[in-house]
Amino acid sequence: MKPKILVISGYGINCEEETKEAFDLSGGKSEIVHINDLINGIKKIENFQIIAFPGGFAYGDDTGAGNAFAQRVRNHLWEKIKKFIQKDKLIIGICNGFQVIANLGLIPALNFDYGNRQIALLHNESARYQNRWVDLKIENKSPWLNNLENFSAVVAHGEGKFFATEEVLKQMKIKGLVALRYVAGEICQYQNLPHNPNGALDGIAGITDETGRILGLMPHPERSMFFTQRPDWPYLKEKLNREKKIMPKYTKALEIFKNAIKYFN
Amino acid sequence: MVARIEVYSKVEDTRAKVLLKNLSKLVKKVWVVDVYTIVNKLNIKQLKLIANALTNPVSQTVNILVDKKSEQSFSLNKTSFKEKFKFAIEVGFLPGVTDNVSNTVKEIAEDLLKVKFKNEENVYTSQITFVDGTIDQDDAKEIGQNLANTLIQRIHIKNFENYKNDKGMGFTVPKVTLDKNIEVLEVDLEIPDEELLRIGEDGILGKDEKRHGPLALDLDYLKAIQGYFRKIKRKPTDVELETLAQTWSEHCKHTIFADPIDDIQEGIFKTYIKRATEKIRQKNAKKDICVSVFSDNSGAIEFNKDFLITHKVETHNTPSALDPFGGAVTGIVGVNRDTIGFGLGAKPIANTFGFCFASPFKETHLYRDEAMTQKMLSPKRILEGVVSGVNFGGNCSGIPTPQGFLFFDDRYGGKPLVFVGTVGLIPKKSGQKKAFKKKAENGDFIVMVGGKVGIDGIHGATFSSEALTKGSPVSAVQIGDPITQKKFSDAIVKEARDLNLFNSITDNGAGGLSSSVGEMAKQSNGCKVYLDKVPLKYPGLDPWQIWISESQERMTLAVPKKNWKIFSKLMLKRGVEATIIGEFISSGKCQVFYKNKLIVDLSLNFLHNGLPKKHLKTKLSKKEIPEIKFSQPKNLIDIFLKMLGRLNIAGFEFISSQYDHEVQANSLIKPLQGRGRVNGDATIIKPLLNLSEGVVLSQGIYPSYSDIDTYNMAAAAIDTAIRNAITVGVNPEKLALLDNFCWCSSNEAERLGQLKLAAKACYDFAISFKTPFISGKDSMFNDFKGFDKDGLPIKISIPPTLLISSIGIIDDVKKAISLDFKFPGDLIYLLGETFDELGGSEYLSFINHKGGSVPKVDANKNKKLYLKLYQAIEYGLIVSGQSIGRGGLIIALAKKAMGGMLGAEIYLNNLPGKQTRMDYILFSESQGRILVTINPKNKKKFENLMRSVSFKKIGKVRGDSLLIVKNNASSIETTTDEMLKMYKGTFKGF
Repeated sequence: MKPKILVISGYGINCEEETKEAFDLSGGKSEIVHINDLINGIKKIENFQIIAFPGGFAYGDDTGAGNAFAQRVRNHLWEKIKKFIQKDKLIIGICNGFQVIANLGLIPALNFDYGNRQIALLHNESARYQNRWVDLKIENKSPWLNNLENFSAVVAHGEGKFFATEEVLKQMKIKGLVALRYVAGEICQYQNLPHNPNGALDGIAGITDETGRILGLMPHPERSMFFTQRPDWPYLKEKLNREKKIMPKYTKALEIFKNAIKYFN
Repeated sequence: MVARIEVYSKVEDTRAKVLLKNLSKLVKKVWVVDVYTIVNKLNIKQLKLIANALTNPVSQTVNILVDKKSEQSFSLNKTSFKEKFKFAIEVGFLPGVTDNVSNTVKEIAEDLLKVKFKNEENVYTSQITFVDGTIDQDDAKEIGQNLANTLIQRIHIKNFENYKNDKGMGFTVPKVTLDKNIEVLEVDLEIPDEELLRIGEDGILGKDEKRHGPLALDLDYLKAIQGYFRKIKRKPTDVELETLAQTWSEHCKHTIFADPIDDIQEGIFKTYIKRATEKIRQKNAKKDICVSVFSDNSGAIEFNKDFLITHKVETHNTPSALDPFGGAVTGIVGVNRDTIGFGLGAKPIANTFGFCFASPFKETHLYRDEAMTQKMLSPKRILEGVVSGVNFGGNCSGIPTPQGFLFFDDRYGGKPLVFVGTVGLIPKKSGQKKAFKKKAENGDFIVMVGGKVGIDGIHGATFSSEALTKGSPVSAVQIGDPITQKKFSDAIVKEARDLNLFNSITDNGAGGLSSSVGEMAKQSNGCKVYLDKVPLKYPGLDPWQIWISESQERMTLAVPKKNWKIFSKLMLKRGVEATIIGEFISSGKCQVFYKNKLIVDLSLNFLHNGLPKKHLKTKLSKKEIPEIKFSQPKNLIDIFLKMLGRLNIAGFEFISSQYDHEVQANSLIKPLQGRGRVNGDATIIKPLLNLSEGVVLSQGIYPSYSDIDTYNMAAAAIDTAIRNAITVGVNPEKLALLDNFCWCSSNEAERLGQLKLAAKACYDFAISFKTPFISGKDSMFNDFKGFDKDGLPIKISIPPTLLISSIGIIDDVKKAISLDFKFPGDLIYLLGETFDELGGSEYLSFINHKGGSVPKVDANKNKKLYLKLYQAIEYGLIVSGQSIGRGGLIIALAKKAMGGMLGAEIYLNNLPGKQTRMDYILFSESQGRILVTINPKNKKKFENLMRSVSFKKIGKVRGDSLLIVKNNASSIETTTDEMLKMYKGTFKGF
């Protein structure tokens, strides 16, 4: 049976369609569900194996990106989410979704203290929305990141500067909760860009909880899964052509979604 | 009770850091504090819960202050701000200005506490900026002026002592209070002509002796209205006059394009624009790509067998001059509604933009009034406001904004031009219905969806039909609310449409309900509206205000009665407000009621067709074109490098990277290309991730040619919009155009003469290129009338401006071409012919010389070339491509070199065409030219394919970063780094 993925939408979330696409391409069966349909009980969280909080601009980022949407989840769905976490299931928060689950306290949730905000995603160093590509290095053993060492992806956000107090950061490092870091890889080299796009502390781009099953990340793997989404694809196409090689269809970023599906097979 | 929740950052706040950089050197430190003023009966426990919900404990602290005068008093009135500062500057909105964050806070509080904010209960947001440094009260005032726009915002300044003594900033509640005497006036039109004219110019006289604001109706129109009411033997109500003024406004009826002009009885639009499309469609017959043109909110062409692509480009100029941020937000989310309001609702898949500004490096001193109290914003602030407005509107809506341009001319200093466009995707069929057709049926409910109505945006339609003067109403400015819109956009386009729940939909834009309902009423042949059913932001609006208000984020739908239950339930579930405000009928009348009283009773025929035609006359004085009289400068290399940094050529990465162009995952050829991140002229998106087709978008604009020759200006814009799309790989048979005329002083015969010529060029070149126009818009009075720094009257008119946007299909996106050089040794070809065509060029503008003819377009020759290039791309022969536009050949070469971070060796002898000097060769803007590179092993194949068109191999790509350009007489040499420094230097720090 294909694992079922709940892709949450509503109130200004806007990456639900490509997130669904990514999971479906990877062999899952995903469904976009408006948060109000979960609140009304029309759809049930417990019927899914994976929850995805997609990117977007929930509530226009008012009162801090992800905050208002997190409040709505907390007010209505908290018990169900808590039960979901206790099972051997997966959660991902991408960009705005990361901001939501950080505000919900689903990550890093040190000492399994789910529900407490322990980190913040602050305004970018430039205090401005920024859309570009970054290179990422995998740093922990989350099931989402199996067999991946690095990949490149889009970032597009105004509030993505990772921040934690020294104590929290220390604990996170000891427990290996830093999942992804910005590094100078092939895209940074190609476009001659600095590796850290937003001033994130320690270049942290993504983190997990202690089980590794909940992943939050600022970059958008679902916007970076086709080869022709890369900024250097026209160059690589020509290069491969001259080497008599075929241009691949997908990028490594798709592996994240495939890993999630494999987890249930 | 009034409470203030103040949220402080306890970690380094980058907003403050960046702000500090932009303030005077005297300011040493800045803190930014978010304030939420809550008016509601809440206890301290509830307030604490809200405060907690608004604060991130990791990075913020919070303080609650309660107004002592409130019935409840808590011992909380301590300021928590412990730092030493000189001044506290609080900026909040003026009453009635859209406050988006306030809506979110209300929702958070309501959801958390299970309470409802009713009537006067509300939340207001503001921001305190604490500043420290060696500054005095005047400096603080100036900082306040820089932080706020006093047309929409209030500034409150306290020094350290006052702040301490008062225990904070105090409590300000910017509540809207309107005169409660709601009334409908009868207006006597049997009055002398001078008095009639005053009604047209200044508005209807209220009982309070105040005028309601301009109707922009001239005497002919007023006489026609007078005649109508004489015939039906009664006086009009103020609501009826306002309705007619909105409907007949230049903004809505486009009278200048519709009225007879000289010997052209059918007017410019029908004769030159629409007829071109009709002819092309006939000729193309089976290959016709047009599906819906000029009849709906957007134009639509075929995308593939199942889907259509729509496009519409609007302008939002006058509001952007007054409130650049709000004007631009409203512009972009407004044109999104032209997509959502196409057919039964298309999904917005891309935004486009184009901004025409005065140089941001110059200070202008312009005033709207003689007393010099209403100063116009500086070009830099207008630029910054407009850029961040489109950022906010586009990014928040989840619509990528890949394609755009900047153009600078100081004549945009009084009125900037803000072009905003939206591309949509819609299936051909929705259930059994054709999704691109709509018709409100007799008996359908009139349903308003989205935001509530306030006095914002009153007289927007009539106001944009006039020049910007001190009388321009400030209530005409609105701020968009992209999230409210996103909610109903998703509910309509992603759900209600495919459930076939409604018969018709349109946008509430200019003219508000009067215009949207009035338009849709044509479909069923009548409407009945009950204005007291319309949800209001606050009480006290007069019926005429409700009817014409342009409060944003609203759409009007025709919902069959049997579907209402399901429809309203769906909207409720999605957090969208939907209200029945009337019924479509078939009586031939537009009837409006307020509390059971009939206040508008107009025949639809008179409403839509009653406006008298005017016969426009043009004049065109023959101008002598002076010859170019200067010899070739010696320092060509310096000139070239400086040209790269010109405002009209320099890279604008600061915009491309702050506009999300990758949301929806459809980005393919991006706004920044190659290793050097160079702005391309065309972009490609791939809206359906599993299919191979893509949508190509580009633009062409040459206002600098208008002073010399508007016919060839238009031709160049068309050729450029087409050529740019061809260069990235569009299928030439699947390419369409949009026209946006932004003119000035269109009541002057000479300006109309220029207009007629440009429109004629649109006809001629659309036909020659076989590229139909599918949609268009015009804005005819882009003049500023005010006072200069000495208080002397001044009129600034923009140069006549025509934006041509192109939209087309590329069948296989894998064949798309980017601009950058890719491999050393690749051969570089110049396609097309070069002439000494320097008039209006960036080069002559740079060396400040007026003269010469503007480039002429030979459409047949160019078309042949473009078809050949398309073949070469299809065969996979082209490695990179760059259309040659503003700045000429050398600028195009530079872009390719910077894009690939590779140099080139170029010989410019015996080029096709005719040239007399090296500087002309480098900088001529002759149209129809493209630079391409190919793999040397394909040389024979390529040259053989191109043999019937003009081309010349001009050099090859080098392995290092040196660019060497020579002809027999001279040579220039530079590096990619040097070029990049100039290209990127101009907007560094923006």
